[in-house]
Amino acid sequence: MTENISYIRDHFLEAEKPPAANSSAFAWIRNNLFSTWKDAVLTILAVAALVYYVPKAVNWLFISAVWTGADRTACLTVDQGGQLESGWNGACWAYVNDRFVQFMFGSYPRDELWRPLLVAAMFVALLVPLLIPKVPRKGLNALLLLVVFPIVSFFLLIGGFGLRHVETSLWGGLMVTLIISFVGIVVSLPAGILLALGRRSSMPIMKTASIFFIELIRGVPLITVLFMASVLLPLFLTPGNNIDKFLRALIGVSIFASAYMAEVIRGGLQAIPKGQYEAADALGLNYFHKMTFIVLPQAIKLVIPGIVNTFIGMFKDTSLVTIISMYDLLGIVKASFGDSGWITPVTPLTGLIFAGFVFWIFCFGMSRYSAFVERRLDTSHKR
Amino acid sequence: MALADARTGSGEPPKVSLLYNPALRSAVYQIVTLVVIVAAVWYAWHNVVQNLARANMTAGFGFLNSRAGFDVAQSLIAYSSDSTYFRALQVGLINTLVIAAAGVVTATIVGLLVGIGRLSHNWLIAKLCTVYVEIFRNIPPLLVIFFWYLGVLALLPSIRTIFQHVKENPDAAFFISNRGIYMPAPVFGENFGIVLAAFALGVVAAIAFTIWANARQRATGKRPPVLWVNLGLIVLFPLIVFVVVGAPLTLDYPVPGSFNMKGGMVIGPEFLALYLALSLYTASFIAEIVRAGIRGVSKGQSEASYALGLRPGQATRLVVLPQALRIIIPPLTSQYLNLIKNSSLAVAVGYADLVAVGGTILNQSGKSIEIIAIWMVIYVSISLITSLFMNWFNAKMALVER
Repeated sequence: MTENISYIRDHFLEAEKPPAANSSAFAWIRNNLFSTWKDAVLTILAVAALVYYVPKAVNWLFISAVWTGADRTACLTVDQGGQLESGWNGACWAYVNDRFVQFMFGSYPRDELWRPLLVAAMFVALLVPLLIPKVPRKGLNALLLLVVFPIVSFFLLIGGFGLRHVETSLWGGLMVTLIISFVGIVVSLPAGILLALGRRSSMPIMKTASIFFIELIRGVPLITVLFMASVLLPLFLTPGNNIDKFLRALIGVSIFASAYMAEVIRGGLQAIPKGQYEAADALGLNYFHKMTFIVLPQAIKLVIPGIVNTFIGMFKDTSLVTIISMYDLLGIVKASFGDSGWITPVTPLTGLIFAGFVFWIFCFGMSRYSAFVERRLDTSHKR
Repeated sequence: MALADARTGSGEPPKVSLLYNPALRSAVYQIVTLVVIVAAVWYAWHNVVQNLARANMTAGFGFLNSRAGFDVAQSLIAYSSDSTYFRALQVGLINTLVIAAAGVVTATIVGLLVGIGRLSHNWLIAKLCTVYVEIFRNIPPLLVIFFWYLGVLALLPSIRTIFQHVKENPDAAFFISNRGIYMPAPVFGENFGIVLAAFALGVVAAIAFTIWANARQRATGKRPPVLWVNLGLIVLFPLIVFVVVGAPLTLDYPVPGSFNMKGGMVIGPEFLALYLALSLYTASFIAEIVRAGIRGVSKGQSEASYALGLRPGQATRLVVLPQALRIIIPPLTSQYLNLIKNSSLAVAVGYADLVAVGGTILNQSGKSIEIIAIWMVIYVSISLITSLFMNWFNAKMALVER
């Protein structure tokens, strides 16, 4: 019986190609665009809308747009007193180009611009390693970014140690947007942690005070908090005080952000199993050690996406300081609409699209990062 | 015996230094906190009194009864510059509620459609919805408001162009200009109350019919045609009554006046800009919530309902959506609250909401503490009422565990 009567195939069959009806581009189109008659109608409508609007938008934004010019006549038609043929409509990027430095730094003295630029460079140099998970020494990095960097940049921006003093009223543009949101972040993290711990504390006075603060601030719009900071704060301080307007806005934004951050962190604290608290107690750790070594590291890691979302919200909300007449990016762009050098019908739209694009880049970047962290931390079981 | 002692603690608490006594420590911490808070409040109060005395002002809400002296462009209740500050604040509050209600309804509808669209099998629709969400939720709402107000609505035809247009087409009833959308206003005749009563009756009858239909379905397994009967009760019945009592409704058409259109109804550009911006901004968040909610319902649920013979529409309506709602409602509540709070951005374009009116009063009278207190009380109340309602709705929708 040793002769070879193997009837079992000793090699694999070549895999056959899937049927053309399932794999060709045509099949993809049929399955993803025209699978039912409703889908077909929707697809045709959407394609029609795209074919109609996209070329128009591209034309307005790029092809018809004016890219160079020194003043408003570059973006006006002949009958409006300019150079372009009548009926022209397009973006006026020449205006953004002309005002670009102002949009970035406000009225910061032009010969001192290296100071905000240096601050920006330091910020990037400290932030990037913090965001990349593989780079070691996160603690030192965070300390540098959240404690040392703000102090150094404060003196760099405002002056001192031989540098010329620059009034905060001269600050403006994207610089102010970034400063306000960064200060909001730096203040709101520790303040939010304290408030969240207070809210979960067993001490009635701490608990009541935290709940009152959090719910009051979260119940009202940011604009009323900003009004409070800008109108009421001077009343609350010793008579004759002259508290800086910029500082008032910072205080308002920080108060607001802290209340929201507290709720995010509270979510993290609640997600930590009771066993962790009890184990820390069993080890004889006191409250401070229990929180800093056991509970908070786990809780904060859990809610990093929530924290980043709060940052995104805060970054967008800084635009509200426009209403208490400060010149952040949106404020300065809006103020430039009234600038007689560039009044044209298309100026507001161009300026707002530019500002919107800048805000969008920052927020979209942050939300992508948050999604990345979420995926990295996600050890849960997907359905 | 020793074991029992250890378990019961043998009566006496362990001897520790008073410094480490938890109860004492907590009491000390709390007293210190209380002292700090009281001192801060006292310091602020003391300064406020001094500051007010310096500025020769008094605190108190008596000013609410004095003459406002400013006009409000959009008012749903009778208001003139001779009305009181209190009346002006009422106008502002009503305008806030109007914009919030309109925004919430639109944002929910758009958000629901876009959220479902993102999960569509249609690749193009899904991508378009994604683009919409990613654009709108990453741009500040204030910028979107300015975009509509300064970038789009301000470029609409001027009122002079409209006058020209009316000369050429005397029958036109709708005009879109940079001062808003003009349209005919309904003028209700004396019998219109009967139509309203018929409508109310129709709604009550529809509710009663739905309850009866549900009971019948439970008893017999057959579902009466609820949709058609209800549509008839709510729409057709009042319509018939409307015709029978002699159509007591006329339209007041807008006609050119000396500087502006006269008559008719106008929706101002401030309202439009705010409404569009708030709805579209919030809709992008609601879309994400809806998407997460639907994805949160396990696929087995819809497969099971197909296995039971439900059609896709029924499966979505009767099985998937009720379960998705449980996931959707809590974050949806906070989006509604955000929209209500964001309606305060009205002040940036001059729509007369609570904050805009209050800001004008604040500038005129200098009563900053009082005005800000009024704002806070009203907004916190609106937030509380909204969350109470949504919590009730959530409890109603929640899984009933047996």
